[in-house]
Amino acid sequence: MAQIPANEAVQPRLWRLARPARLDRSEQINGWLFVAPALVLLGIFMIYPIVWSLWMSFQVGKGMNFSFGGLKNIQRLAADPVFIRALVNTCIFFFVQVPIMIVLALLFAVALNDPKLRFRGFFRTAIFLPCVTSLIAYSTLFKSMFAADGVVNKFLLFLHVTATPIPWLQDPFWAKVLIILAITWRWTGYNMIFYLAALQNIDRSIYEAARIDGVPSWARFTQITIPLLKPVILFTTIISTIGTLQLFDEVNNITVGGPSDATLTLSLYIYNLTFKFMPSFGYSATVSWVIVVIVGILSFLQFVVARDRRPVA
Amino acid sequence: MSAAALIRRGLVYVLLSIAAFVSIFPFYWMIVGSTNKSADIVTGKPTFGDNLLANAATFFHTVDAPRVFWNSAVIAIVGSLLTLLISSLAGYGFEMFRSRFRERIFAFMLLLLSIPFAALMVPLFVMISQAHLTNTIAAVIIPGIASIFIIFYFRQATKAFPSELRDAARVDGLKEWQIFLHIYLPVMRSTYAAATIIVFMANWNNYLWPLIVLNTAENKTATLVISALTSAYTPDYGMILVGTVLATLPTLVIFFLLQRQFVEGLLGSVK
Repeated sequence: MAQIPANEAVQPRLWRLARPARLDRSEQINGWLFVAPALVLLGIFMIYPIVWSLWMSFQVGKGMNFSFGGLKNIQRLAADPVFIRALVNTCIFFFVQVPIMIVLALLFAVALNDPKLRFRGFFRTAIFLPCVTSLIAYSTLFKSMFAADGVVNKFLLFLHVTATPIPWLQDPFWAKVLIILAITWRWTGYNMIFYLAALQNIDRSIYEAARIDGVPSWARFTQITIPLLKPVILFTTIISTIGTLQLFDEVNNITVGGPSDATLTLSLYIYNLTFKFMPSFGYSATVSWVIVVIVGILSFLQFVVARDRRPVA
Repeated sequence: MSAAALIRRGLVYVLLSIAAFVSIFPFYWMIVGSTNKSADIVTGKPTFGDNLLANAATFFHTVDAPRVFWNSAVIAIVGSLLTLLISSLAGYGFEMFRSRFRERIFAFMLLLLSIPFAALMVPLFVMISQAHLTNTIAAVIIPGIASIFIIFYFRQATKAFPSELRDAARVDGLKEWQIFLHIYLPVMRSTYAAATIIVFMANWNNYLWPLIVLNTAENKTATLVISALTSAYTPDYGMILVGTVLATLPTLVIFFLLQRQFVEGLLGSVK
């Protein structure tokens, strides 16, 4: 472990010494030229809006007339039952959906990484396919498949899993389940592809050695695969966290946040506050900062957890 | 092979087959549905019907299909090309020309990756309307061109780009932008293929931001228009599913065309 940073620190320095100063300046200029377009765009369309929205979250008023309100928006948050419901729903979606999806994606990736497995290409393409569908296609499909007399209920009745049709779209609990099923269907294959790519970089001889040493397959999975995949798992977990916490498309198209706000998410609430009701930019900016803070805390926690989990030798 | 290993192997096949079935069934359902009457679709008729032509006729009668698909195509193609260009330039720049200051900017950018779009959409909307750009295609495309995710992806992939190639090109007297254009671009084909799939899908399927900035009928994308059809009190699913088949085709075609390079390209970025 100590070797790698040392190498990285030494090499650029040698490399810099070997070049005349004039080239160094042209390197600097070229470096800036390559990154400048992206940095300018990020400055205008990301940094500026973020700062603006932070400033807005201290303003109160309707439409484009606002005045400084201090912490009034935060007080309003605490007393807003719709906000609390959106926050709770978003957290439920996150805590249930992300772990299920990550575990499924990992299991599929490990299974598909077995070179002796037949039909690998077919399974890989099939499981990845959902994330190629257009959002609108899959929202419509789920809405029609999960209708009261729809094909899913018919199938479940046929299998005797349930005695009466499940009210997927009408019941607050089942509507949440439906949204979780829909997102998991769409994104599991996407995450799986990242793991599959990372798995192909792991040297097979490590597994061979472990097998010869009599390490059982479950232990090979938890003590070799998981630790080696940690950076990718961390990366996909953070991306999924961001995606789930700003869930909008699915809930707006499948359930429109209903029934009675059971699937209302924070993003959908911000959208409603800004574009459906009389716009209250300050308050919606405050709600959006709640998402920023939650994402920040969760990403940090995931980072800490991932760093501390060492393989037990 | 021992009995336990055989059972485990069988279990893996059963699990993967269930996963594959669950993944593919909605596609089958979509195609079957586009040939059925709406009433048959919501009552779960799983077989082909004979209503395809009627559904298609209703769809093309209700929706100005050439216009909305043209809008979607322009946004997806122009948006993807610009995103790939600007973001790959930056990814290349950050990796090839390292300086302490730019490393700090890069680290800061990764922090920004965790800022959700929901936090940006209100100020972005106010900015766009103050610039009188609402209801333009530019308003949809421009804010997404510099994608931190894609910059990060290209920087990771560039680590695998052989530096001898660049050194040789420099000796031959090529300018830095020529090296990028004539050497980096062709060498990194599979990286670009993978990024194209991701970026094109994101642009083609983009929903929330176009929903905010596009309000006139002439500018709406296929996604927006078909989504509006489903929110009717009793949606005509047969007609809508014809639309969804059409809306899914482009991403499906791109995926199957670039599939081989896709996994290769991702492999390079995770190394």
